[in-house]
Amino acid sequence: MVLATVSEPSAKEEVPAVAGVACHGLVKDFGSGENRLRALHGIDIDVRCGEMTLLVGPSGCGKTTLISIIAGLLTPTAGSVTLFGTPQSALRGDRLVDFRAQNVGFVFQQYNLLPSLSAVENVSIPLLVVGWRRPAALQRAAAVLREVGLGERLHSSPTKLSGGQQQRVAIARALVHEPRLLVCDEPTAALDAQSGQTVMGLLKQVAVKSDRTVIVVTHDSRVFQFGDRVLEMADGRIVQDSVTPRGSQELVRSENSAS
Amino acid sequence: MIWVAWRMLTGDTAKYLGAVFGVAFGVLLITQQASVFVGIISRTANPLSDVREASIWVCDEYLQNADEIEPMSDNAVYRVRGVEGIEWAVRLYKGMARARKPNGLFRQVILLGIDDQSLVGAPRKILMGDLASLRRPSAVFIDKSGYESLWPGEPLTIGREIEMNDRRAVIVGICETSAPFQSFPVIIACYSQATGFVARERNQLSFVVGAPVPGVSPAEACRRITAQTGLMAMTYREFVWLTIKYYMENTGIPVNFGITIVLGFVVGTAIAGQTFYLFTLENLRHFGALKAMGVNNRRITGMVLLQSLVIGLIGYSLGIGMAVAFFEGTKQSLPQLRGINIPWQIAVGSGLVMIVIMSLTSLLSLRKVLTLEPAVVFRG
Ligand SMILES: Nc1ncnc2c1ncn2[C@@H]1O[C@H](COP(=O)(O)OP(=O)(O)O)[C@@H](O)[C@H]1O
Ligand SMILES: [Mg+2]
Repeated sequence: MVLATVSEPSAKEEVPAVAGVACHGLVKDFGSGENRLRALHGIDIDVRCGEMTLLVGPSGCGKTTLISIIAGLLTPTAGSVTLFGTPQSALRGDRLVDFRAQNVGFVFQQYNLLPSLSAVENVSIPLLVVGWRRPAALQRAAAVLREVGLGERLHSSPTKLSGGQQQRVAIARALVHEPRLLVCDEPTAALDAQSGQTVMGLLKQVAVKSDRTVIVVTHDSRVFQFGDRVLEMADGRIVQDSVTPRGSQELVRSENSAS
Repeated sequence: MIWVAWRMLTGDTAKYLGAVFGVAFGVLLITQQASVFVGIISRTANPLSDVREASIWVCDEYLQNADEIEPMSDNAVYRVRGVEGIEWAVRLYKGMARARKPNGLFRQVILLGIDDQSLVGAPRKILMGDLASLRRPSAVFIDKSGYESLWPGEPLTIGREIEMNDRRAVIVGICETSAPFQSFPVIIACYSQATGFVARERNQLSFVVGAPVPGVSPAEACRRITAQTGLMAMTYREFVWLTIKYYMENTGIPVNFGITIVLGFVVGTAIAGQTFYLFTLENLRHFGALKAMGVNNRRITGMVLLQSLVIGLIGYSLGIGMAVAFFEGTKQSLPQLRGINIPWQIAVGSGLVMIVIMSLTSLLSLRKVLTLEPAVVFRG
C-alpha cells in the first residue's frame, strides 16, 4: 500500500513522541483600533506525529484561524508555532512558501480542485510545485488516486465527480508529496454521511500509518469517533482537550483486519 | 506550473474564448477605425496620386490642395521645360464637369486631361477598351465605380455616350482609379479634349508634371523651377502631403475620426482589459489554493503573464484577421471603402496598444493575485 510505504517502513511500529506541531501563546487579532477583533486568545497546544487531532467548536470560535496560522498561511499577532522542530518565525517569504510546499498538505471544505484539469492532473500539482517532472508526477499521482479508490476515474474532470469523490481527489492531492502535516478544514461538511465516513477513514489511515500529523477541523459530530484526540474550542480558546477511548493503533488494526 | 497556467486558461473554454474575443474586438475596433481614417485622409489627393510617373508637380504658387485649383497660363509647360535638369514635362488638367446621360440624368464628375502625345497619367488598370483609342475625337475613359453609379446594375460596355458642357463624349474604355475623396465618377480624356468639356476660361492648365534627368533629384529640380519660373513646384510626396495636411487642418475629418479612434481605443481597452481581468478574478480562488500549496509569487506572476500573453497574442491575431476580413468582405458591397487596407504601421500600432493594455491589466490582475491572502482558501 503506497500510503503506508512512502516514509521509511521501519519507523512505522512505535509512534515516536516527537512533537509535530507546537503552538505557544497564539494570539490573533483582525482589524485594528475600534474594529479590532481578537479571534484567538492565547492558544497552547502540542500535536504529536501519527495522531489524528480533531478541532471542534461552534462556528466563529477561531478554528479556521488557528489552522491557517499553523499551516503558515496567516501570521499570528503574538505567540509562536514550531513545525517539526522548525520555528515558523525563522522562515520568511519564499522560504516559508517552500516549507509549506514540502511539509503541508491541505484539504478544503470546497475541494478547490482546478475544474479544467483532470483528477490525476490535479493530484500531480504539489509534486510539480516541489520540482518533479510532469510524467513522473502524473505516474505517482495515479498511484495515489488508486490508493483512495479512484483508479477508475483518473482522467475524469472534477466537475464529473461526486462530492465524496472530489474530496478523495483532494485528499490524494494533499498527500501525494508526502507532507508531514495535513490540515483539513471541514472536509466532510459538504458530504453525505456515507462519503463523510469514507473520507475520515482515509484521513485516519493516513495519519497513523505514515506517521503524519493530521489536524481536522470539523463540527460534524458523526465523525468525532475518528479522532485520537479532540480539541474543543470556544471563543478563541481551547476549552477541552480529550483523548478518545480507542487508541489510534487499535483503530487502524481493526480496520485493516476488517478489510 | 506554466503547464497548469496553460490548462487553467484553455480548460475553461467559455472564459478563454471570452477573453480572447474581448482582445480581438478591441484590436478590430482600433485597427479598423485607424485604417479607415488613414484610408480616407490619404484619398484626398486621388485620383491625381495615380500619376506616379511624375516626380515633379508644378502649379500656381498659391495652391493649397488638389481640389481647389487656380489654372496657370498654357505656356507654363514651356517655361518648366526650359529649366535645366528637367527631362520631360507635360500638361495635366484636373477639374469638375457635369456628365449628362442621354435620358437627362446627370452627375458631377472629376475630369482629368492627360497629355495627348505621351498620355502621361493614363490609367494603369484598364478593364475594358484600349488606351490608344483615347486619342480619337470625343473619346473618354471612365472609372468602374463611376460607370456603376451612372448605369447601376448594368454590365460594363464601351461605346456609351454622355454629354459634358453640351459636347458629346464616347466612353471608349473603363478603368480602375484610386478612390477619390468625394465619391464622384472619374473621367479621363486627352488634354485637348478635356478643356473642351468644361466652360472656357482664359487659363486652363492645372498642373505641369514631369521628371528630372538622372542625377538631379526631384527636390533639386523643384528648387530650380521655383527659382526660375516663380511657380510652385513640389515632389510627388510633397504634393500628396500638401493636400492631406490641408484636409487635416481645415476640415472636421481628423476631429471626427480622432474621436472615433479614441473611442475605439477606450472601448477596445475596456473590453480587452476587462475580460482578462475578470478571467483572473474568476480564478482567484484557484490562485489562492495554489499559493496555499506553496506556489511562490514569482511562479504565480509567470502564470498570470503567460495567460495574458497567450490571450493577447491569439486575440491580436484574431482581431487583425477580422479587420482584414472586414475590408476584404466589404470590397464588393461597400465601394466607398474600396482601396482601404491596413497599413503595417497600424497593425504594429494596434499590437503595441494591445501590449500596453495587456501589461496594464496583467499588473492589475497580478496585484490582486499577489496580495491575496492564501488563508482565503479556507473561507467559503
Ligand atoms: N480575515 C478576517 N478579517 C476579520 N475577521 C476575521 C477574519 N477571519 C476571521 N475573522 C473573524 O475571526 C473569528 C474566527 O473566525 P474563524 O476562524 O473563521 O472561525 P471558525 O472557523 O471557527 O468558524 C470570527 O469572528 C471571524 O469573523
Ligand atoms: Mg471555519
